[in-house]
Amino acid sequence: MANGVLVFAEQRDGAFKKATYEVLSEGFRLAEKLGQPLSAVIIGSGIGHLADEAAHYGASAVYVADAAPLAKYSTDGYAKTLAEAIQAAQPSVVLASATAMGKDLAPRVAARLEIGLASDVVETHVESGALTVVRPVYAGKAFATVAFRRAPAFATLRPNVFPAAAPDTGRTAEIKSIGAPIVDALQAKVTDILAAAKGKIELTEASIIVSGGRGIKGPENYYLIQNLADALGGAAGASRAVVDAGWVDHSHQVGQTGKTVSPTLYIACGISGAIQHLAGMSSSKFIVAINKDPEAPIFKIADYGIVGDLFEVVPKLTEQVRAMRQN
Amino acid sequence: MKIAVCIKAVPETDTRIKIAADGRSIDRTDVKFIISPYDEFALEEAVRLKEAKGGQVIALSLGGDEVPNLLREALARGADEAIHITAAGIATDDPLCVGKTLAAALKSLTPDIVFFGKHGVGGDNQQVHAIVAEKLGWPQVTVVTKLEVGDGRLRAEREIEGGIEVVETGLPVVIGAQKGLNEPRYPKLQSIMQAKKKPLATKSFADFGLTAAEVGPEGAGLAVMALRLPPPRQAGRKLAGDPGQQAAELLSALQNEVKVL
Repeated sequence: MANGVLVFAEQRDGAFKKATYEVLSEGFRLAEKLGQPLSAVIIGSGIGHLADEAAHYGASAVYVADAAPLAKYSTDGYAKTLAEAIQAAQPSVVLASATAMGKDLAPRVAARLEIGLASDVVETHVESGALTVVRPVYAGKAFATVAFRRAPAFATLRPNVFPAAAPDTGRTAEIKSIGAPIVDALQAKVTDILAAAKGKIELTEASIIVSGGRGIKGPENYYLIQNLADALGGAAGASRAVVDAGWVDHSHQVGQTGKTVSPTLYIACGISGAIQHLAGMSSSKFIVAINKDPEAPIFKIADYGIVGDLFEVVPKLTEQVRAMRQN
Repeated sequence: MKIAVCIKAVPETDTRIKIAADGRSIDRTDVKFIISPYDEFALEEAVRLKEAKGGQVIALSLGGDEVPNLLREALARGADEAIHITAAGIATDDPLCVGKTLAAALKSLTPDIVFFGKHGVGGDNQQVHAIVAEKLGWPQVTVVTKLEVGDGRLRAEREIEGGIEVVETGLPVVIGAQKGLNEPRYPKLQSIMQAKKKPLATKSFADFGLTAAEVGPEGAGLAVMALRLPPPRQAGRKLAGDPGQQAAELLSALQNEVKVL
């Protein structure tokens, strides 16, 4: 009989990610609604210390796979281990984060177990003991309510959507060691990780995003966007037009063919608001639009609109944010 | 080298989505279908690989009446032959059923490398290529921005949060293409004419030894209960004054009204 919620608690370099706290917290809330226990699985090398942290977020059992071949992420090594944890725990629900790792790993494991996986979930509901979830489709132009046809129900949760709870350091968990069959003969190996510029915040994980559109007029002006993002401690985004023109790298693109983001604050600078772009950012909590054209569609969805020249407004804003942060 | 590329027909990205009468799918009236944008990078990479190493490119697509035109487009862009797997009887909105069908089709083709777009825009599941790799027992590299294929091995760069993972693996392999991998070409008129003569086969799931219980609604992992549009957002307040005042008023609102700073 399937029982419990199992969370894949993603770590990199021996630390949980922000999204991991979110998925553990949502896992615990779901477990309480279902009247079932929460367990967690942690995979890596030299990561035993993270088990206590998972316990603080409500896990009563933690499956730990701590082995040298698991030091770096690999699809087959991690899939084998996660599948083993699911076999051991026999959960009714499995959750992971919709991060680069979660998106690569979860479908592989779901296929192995012949179960359905709901990707990038933004809402969970429990009715009569059954889980349904809501996920964006068409990059957020519509939302699908999805049910699971077999146990366990498996979902990846979109980062930045579910709140992280306060840890309770008094909690402890039973530690269970797994991952013994992993040998150093993985199909595919991560041989290197090339880090982006230090301190750069990933768009999909950022709470604040400042994005630039065609209104920035050229690549030489993108620093205005980056400076405001840096001052706010956020990430810098861009519209498709700016990326397709080659002004910034595609990793900055927000929209249907770029990244779908849900930050607390989205500041669109010189972005008119094509439907392609709106799809990727309209689930942001608060939207600010700065644009010269008072008729730009972006103003129809903006909580605060500034009709004005971004070349004047954005530097002022950056300057005032810096002054505010210094006080 | 035998190269396969799987493409998906999706609504144009500037389509205004309307919900169909069943409340569970989109209204397809007047919707124009295109090759999913990420699949264009997959197709281009497949063709470039063929041009560099020799061999053939086979394009596959699972779907309805919108598929044959798009497969002709893939042929014009450099694929050598195409296979349309008809949607009839397959739970096409279920990644597991789609993945199982494509895996069975690919198994019979025995390619050295299979390209997908990193995700099909629309369903946005980002699952099918990983499911196919699992069902074939092959390695996968997803969200790939750079690829070097050597003798029986490859090196790929995949995008992760705040960096790039360098992955090395053997063949056969499944690759998920990300924007930035290449710059897709536009087909020339001559290639469009030649594409009309290239073979385009039509197959059903039964041709790959699959049953309705495996890939029909019975075999699905998920069931879509309802589809709805997001609640409309209301236009808020316009901030007046000179740029300095506008900036100050915005900061004050963000700090005191909505408390996000």
